[in-house]
Amino acid sequence: MIRESLTDKVLKSLFYLIIALFSLYCLLPFAAVVASSFAPEAEILKGGYTFFPKQFSLEAYKLIFADQTIYRAYGVTMFVTFVGTALSMIFTCALAYAISAKTVKYRNAIAFYVYFTMLFHGGLVASYLLISKYLGMKDSIWVLIIPSMISAWNMFLLRNFFATIDESLAESAKIDGANDAYILLRIILPVSLPALATIGLFYALGYWNNWFNALLYINDPHKFPLQYLIQRIMNNLDYVNQLSADVSIPNYIPPAITVRLATTIVTIGPIVFLYPFLQKYFMKGLMVGAVKG
Amino acid sequence: MNDTLIGAHSGRANGALRKKRGAFAAFFHELKANPFMYMLALPGILWFFVFAYLPMGGIVIAFQDFKAVKGITGSKFVGLKNFEFFFRSDDWIKIVTNTVFLNVLFIAFGTVAAVGIAIMVTELGSKWFKKISQSIMIFPHFLSWTVVAMFVTAFVATEGGFLNQLLGKLRIEPIPFLSSPEYWPAILVLLKIWHGAGFGSIVYMAAIAGINPEVYESASMDGASRWQKIFHITLPLLKPTVILLTILAVGGIFNGDFGLIYAIVGRNPALYPTTDVIDTYVYRSLMDLGDMGMSAAVSFLQSIVGFALVVTVNYIAKKTAPDSAIF
Repeated sequence: MIRESLTDKVLKSLFYLIIALFSLYCLLPFAAVVASSFAPEAEILKGGYTFFPKQFSLEAYKLIFADQTIYRAYGVTMFVTFVGTALSMIFTCALAYAISAKTVKYRNAIAFYVYFTMLFHGGLVASYLLISKYLGMKDSIWVLIIPSMISAWNMFLLRNFFATIDESLAESAKIDGANDAYILLRIILPVSLPALATIGLFYALGYWNNWFNALLYINDPHKFPLQYLIQRIMNNLDYVNQLSADVSIPNYIPPAITVRLATTIVTIGPIVFLYPFLQKYFMKGLMVGAVKG
Repeated sequence: MNDTLIGAHSGRANGALRKKRGAFAAFFHELKANPFMYMLALPGILWFFVFAYLPMGGIVIAFQDFKAVKGITGSKFVGLKNFEFFFRSDDWIKIVTNTVFLNVLFIAFGTVAAVGIAIMVTELGSKWFKKISQSIMIFPHFLSWTVVAMFVTAFVATEGGFLNQLLGKLRIEPIPFLSSPEYWPAILVLLKIWHGAGFGSIVYMAAIAGINPEVYESASMDGASRWQKIFHITLPLLKPTVILLTILAVGGIFNGDFGLIYAIVGRNPALYPTTDVIDTYVYRSLMDLGDMGMSAAVSFLQSIVGFALVVTVNYIAKKTAPDSAIF
C-alpha cells in the first residue's frame, strides 16, 4: 500500500468540504420554505422569511386542508400520475420491445421514424391547434396524459436495455412451445425490472410535475393539477382570499405568503417520502443506461 | 397511413431488386411473418404520427394569415409576411440573444458542476457521507419549476427575502431583484445548477466507474498524486462523455427552457430584457395576442435552426471524435 501524501490528504479534505457545502446549498431553500411555512404570517411580514420561526403556527395548513381545492388537485394529480404512468409503460414497452428484436425487419425504419421526432418538431402553435381545435381535448383530464404518453428518449433507453438481453433466453422458451406474448410477459419483462422501474419512475415524476399542459389546455378549476395550482396561487391571490373568506375575525390579514409556502410543501410531500425508496432504483437504472449508451 | 410510410422505407430498401409490386408483397410477407411484433409497434407508431408528425404538417400556418374559424384548410396563404413581421420587430434580436446566451451559460456551468461533483464524490472515502450527500444533491431535480419558483421568491423578495436580509446585515441597500434584469442570468444559472448538477453527475460517475482500476493502480505505483490522477487519467477518459452530452445540449441551444423561465420569471416585463427567450415569446404571442401566424413562424424558425444545429454539430463530432457522434 502506498501512503497518502500530505497534499493528497488536503485535497481530499477539500473535496469533503466542497461536497458538504454544495449539499447544504441544495438543502437550504427546501429547509427555508418548510420553516417559513410554519411561521405566523405576521412574523414573516415583519421580519421576512426565516429559518427559525420564533412562533410555531399551523394556520396556513389548517386553511388549506379546510378547503376542497387541494384535495381535488391531489385527486387530479394522482389520477394523472397513476393512469398516465401505466399507459406510458404499456405503450413504451410494446414499441421498444418490437424494435429491439432482430427478427423484425423494419425495426430500423421504425426507430428512425421515432428518432426523427427528437430532432424536428412542429412547434408549440401546431401542437396547440391540433390538440385544442382538431382533437377537441381542451379541458379534458386526458389532455394531461395522452399528448405526453410516449417519450422517445425513454423508449430508446428501454429498447437498448431489451437489446442487451441474451437472445438464447427467448429462443429456448420458443423451442419449449411458448408464444411471443408469453415470452414478453413472463421472461423479458421480469428480467427487465430495474430498467422498467427507472423508466416508470421518470414517467411518474414527469406526470406528477407537469403543469405546462394544464397551463395550455385546462381552464376548469376542478381539473387543476397540484403543480398548476401552485402556479396559479403564486400569480394571484384568489385562492388565499377564498380560503380565508369564512374567517370572521376583525382586522384579519389573510396569510397570503404562508399559504403559498404550505401549499408548496404539501405538493412535495409524497416525493420526499418516496424518494429514499426510489433512489436506489434509478441510480442503478441510469448507471446501466449510461455505461451502455 | 403509417403502413404506407413503413412501406415507403421498405420499398426503398428492396427497390433495386424488385419491382413495385414485389416490394409490396415483401412488405406484407414481413408483416405476416411477425404479426405479434408489428401489432405491438402499431399503437406507438400511430401515437407518434398523431402527436409528432401531424404538428409538423401544421407548420403551413407559418405561411398563412391563420384564422381559427377558417382552419388550416380555409386560411389564406401570405407567403413570408409572418417572418417579415417578426424580423421587423425589435424583439427578435433580444430573444434570440437571450436564448443562446442563457443556454451557453447553462451548458458551460452545468457541465463543469456535474463533472466536478462526479470526480469529487468518487474520490471521497466515507460511504455514508457519499450516500447522504448524493441523495441531497440529486433531490432538487425531482421538484417542478413551479415549486422551485416558490423557493426563489423566498430568496429574492425585496421585502424579507433572504438575500436582502443578508445585505441588510452587511448594511447594504436592498436590491429590488424582481425589477433588476441584470442579476437574472446569474440567478438562473445558480438555479439550473441547484436543480440539475447533482442529477447530471450520475452519468459522469457511471463513466468514471467504467474506468479500469488498474490504470489508477499503476499510476499510484509510479507515485502519481491524487491531483495528477484526476488530471491525467479521469478527465481525459471522461472527455468522450462530456463531448457527447455537450453535443446533445448544443442541439437544443435554440430551445429556451420554458419550464424554468416561465415558472420563475413569469409575466414580469421588467425582467424581459435578459430573460425573455424564444419559447416564452412564442407562448405569449400565442396565448395573449392570439397571433397564430407569427408564433408559428417563430417556432418554425426555431425548429429549423435547431435541426440544422444538431446535424452540423454531430457532423463535426464525427470528424473530430468518432466515438462521440450520436448518429
